[in-house]
Parts: sequence; C-alpha cells; structure tokens
Amino acid sequence: MKTFFALAGLLGCAGALAAEPPPAAPFPYFVANCFNCHGTEGNTKSAIPAIAGRERAYLEATLKAFKDGSKQATIMHQLAKGYTDEEIAVLADYFSRQR
Amino acid sequence: MKAFNPDRRRLLQAVGASATLAGAALLPAPGFAAAARPRRLGRVVVVGAGFGGATAAKYLRKWSGGAIEVVLIERNREFVSCPTSNEVLSGNREYESIVHSYDGLRKHWGIKVVHASVTAIDAERRRVRTDSAGEFAYDRLIVSPGIDFNFGAIAGYDDKAQESILHAWKAGPQTLALRKQLVDLADGGTYLLSIPKAPYRCPPGPYERASQIAHYFKTQKPRSKIIVLDANDQIISKGKLFSAVWQSDYKDIIEYRPGWNVTEVDAANRTVTSEIGDRERGDVLNLVPPQAAGRIARDAGLVNANDRWCAIDWITLESTAASHIHVLGDATLSAPLMPKSGHMANQHGKAAAAAIVEILSGRTPQPTLMANTCYSLVDDRRAIHVDSVHRYDPEKKAPIVVAGSGGVSSAPSVEEGLFTRAWARNIWSDVLN
Repeated sequence: MKTFFALAGLLGCAGALAAEPPPAAPFPYFVANCFNCHGTEGNTKSAIPAIAGRERAYLEATLKAFKDGSKQATIMHQLAKGYTDEEIAVLADYFSRQR
Repeated sequence: MKAFNPDRRRLLQAVGASATLAGAALLPAPGFAAAARPRRLGRVVVVGAGFGGATAAKYLRKWSGGAIEVVLIERNREFVSCPTSNEVLSGNREYESIVHSYDGLRKHWGIKVVHASVTAIDAERRRVRTDSAGEFAYDRLIVSPGIDFNFGAIAGYDDKAQESILHAWKAGPQTLALRKQLVDLADGGTYLLSIPKAPYRCPPGPYERASQIAHYFKTQKPRSKIIVLDANDQIISKGKLFSAVWQSDYKDIIEYRPGWNVTEVDAANRTVTSEIGDRERGDVLNLVPPQAAGRIARDAGLVNANDRWCAIDWITLESTAASHIHVLGDATLSAPLMPKSGHMANQHGKAAAAAIVEILSGRTPQPTLMANTCYSLVDDRRAIHVDSVHRYDPEKKAPIVVAGSGGVSSAPSVEEGLFTRAWARNIWSDVLN
C-alpha cells in the first residue's frame, strides 16, 4: 500500500513538473480559530489543554465525539458542531504536525 | 515529495471535494514557508493595536512569511486588556496583569510599531498621516479603531461631569479610577451602573461588572447596594445564568431595572434621569454611554451604517465605503449574532490578514470560519461562557451562526473560572507575541 501511494505521489509530481508549477496551496486559515484559547499553533501551558503535537487520529476522534455529543465537554461540544467532518480532519492533521 | 505520506493521501481523498482543504493538507510544516525565498508583496499599515489590529499585524507577517511589511500605529504605549478588567474593579486581579507590552510584535515579528495618533487618511493617494511620526504610504490599510462614546446622548455628561462620573469601558486609567471610587465608598453606599441599548462593546460585560462588584460588596461592604439601569428590555447575554447567580448569591445587593434608559445626569447631585422622567441616585455613578466606531473611522468616511458603524465585505473585511481599506472589530456593523468582543476582533484580524495575504499574492481570498468565546467571571472563582461558530453565507453575504453550534454554560463553575484566566493569557499571547 505504502509503495503504491508513494508511486502515485511521484507520478503526480512528475506530471506537475512537466507542465506549469502548481499554484501555491491556500493555507487553511481557519485553523487559527483554535489559537485564541489553545495558544498560537496550539501551544499552551495552562488549564486549557495544548493541542499541538497530539496524535492526529486522537484529535479527529475527539472532535467528532464532541460534535456528535458522545463525549462531554465544557465548551468544545458546542464549538465542534460548527465544523464539518472534513474541516475536523484538516484541524486534526494540522495540529498533529505542530510541535 | 518524500513528505507526501499515505496518511496525507488518505486525507486528500477524504476531503477531495474541496480544493481549499485538499491544498491545505498538502502544505509542509507551517510558519515561515516563504522565508527561504524572500520577496516583497507590499506594505500594510494598521491603525489601532487592540485585539483586532495587533492580531492582524502579527498574522500578516506570519502568514506572508515576512513578505508583507507591516506598520502598526497605536497612540497608547501599552496594551491594556478590557477582558478581565472587571476583575480589577472587584480587587480580584492586579491591574498590572492586564497591561502588556508591544515589544513582542517588534522583536518576534519585525513589525514597525509606531506610537502616534492618526490625523488623516488619504484614500486616493493611499497614505496615512500622523500627528508626530510623519506619513506612511500603504498598499492596503487596516483600520481597527475600536469604539468612541456618544456622551451627548446623556445630557449633562460633559467634560466636567466626566472627571468624576466614569465609564471605565476602555480599560486603562479609568479602570483604576473606578476601583478607587469603589474602595473609597463607605459601607452602605450605592453603586449605580447604566447600560446603553445594544449594540455596544462586550455584551455580557456590564452584567459581569455588576457581578464582580457585588462580590466585592458581599465580602467587604455588606451593607452596600448596586443599582443596574439597563436600557435594554432584559439581560442581553447569558441572561438566565446571570439572573440565577444574582438571585442565589447577590439577592440583597443587586437591584436590576430593565428598560431604564439614562438620558440625563446631574453630576452635582449624583442623580440620573430616564427618558420617561424616572430618577435614581447613587454614590458612585458608572455610566456607559452609547457607542460608535472610533473617530478616525468617521473622519475617513468609513462610517456608513446607522451613522455609527462601518459596513464591510465579510470575505475580505474591506470597507464598503472605500477600496483598499479594511475595518475590524467593534467598529464594524456586526454580522447577525456576532458580538463586539475582543475574541471576535482577534478573529477579524486573522480573517483580514488571510484575505490581504491572498490578495497581495495574486490569489482570490476565500471566506473563512470565525468563532467566538466570551467568559464572564461571576465571583472570585467561577465563570460562565457563551460561544458560537460563524460560517459565511454566500446568499446573505455575511457570517451566520452554524445551526446547532454554540451555546452557554449549564451553570457557573470553578473549571470555567480557571479556563477564563487561561483564555486571557493565551489570547494576549496570540495577539501580542
């Protein structure tokens, strides 16, 4: 599986190189919504938990559980309902890659 | 291409429907991605370094990889936070803890912070004039002026009366002065707070203030009373929660009068009069006047809604009155159910920064999500919150609260009190460092 995806990636890359360089990817600016409480890039040492560097799958599962009400929260069960599952996946991916 | 791992590939497939999100997943580590290849995208001047303007300045630098030059013009030498300043009034927080330096924006982000007052904006020539630091040319201008008060709405609230009757609705010297009046008040004295008709800065703020001062009276001056004269028909934010706390904890202290619009003050006799002729007296009067966008926005011709607020495009936050000028924060004509809060101004700052980075990079800015969280401390330990998520609606051309999102606390809690203080530290850092 891994080889297949790596190859697919290479092929995609080669195709792009042959033509015009791809446009710069837009940044998912909405990730910064989380910075207000959880610190810039998800880094904080406070009563509010840090989310930078947490496991992607954990962040995604937790946000989805807040959203569907299966996990209790003080605030996050209300805020998570504002995001689509696709956006939750982007948030989880983004914060999992912060240090 | 090594970085193109299977997880990311799966994510891409999962969000394939959205070009923006798919692109996002392809990004390498965020931060100064463009720093290795420095380029110049232009100069942005930001007027006003509160929660909105300072955030915009920081995120313009961060998200452009340093390619956008940012000049931040602010008349005050230090940032003084309105959020949590009610705790200073009750003695539950030190004033020094709400005062912060602008040095982080200079040192960490290379922002040119200029302490001066803007005297004129020339939208034609794209230049900003200041009283003491010369002129600055811009490619894009951000105006984040906060609010100014309409003292004229309360007859008798003239310059002389303002010396002793405070609003303390901009944190700073008035915060300390009102604290002193409360400390000097004899046990058994009356504190009178008036609230203007909405919209005004920080919807739950007056009710938090009443709660904080009630806590101070309860513990230090048990014979003292609070009269809250509210021009609105009811408590306009977290109403049930505030009512419940006042009933259970401050029953004999707070007297709440809805629909009581102060239109006149007699400073010498410490008396206020309503539009229908009712009168009330207090030993400490704290009158919060009606508000409008800050003066510089009016002078620049940006006030075009109800003669009070600045209407904007909700994708770019660009003024509908002038091109290349963006307006943020409390000065804007608020979108439906969007509060005039520091948290929201921070979100405006990020949205404007994102839009300007995209525009100056030759791309089309996309609408972004915004979220709000407002905590209120009801005593020295417990807090309550209201929150919401706002998504741009292309038909209404405005951010609308996502159905089912947001809400309020079920009850005051110590946990939320701790979150409140953490929130304050974290957002101050997000704005200024």
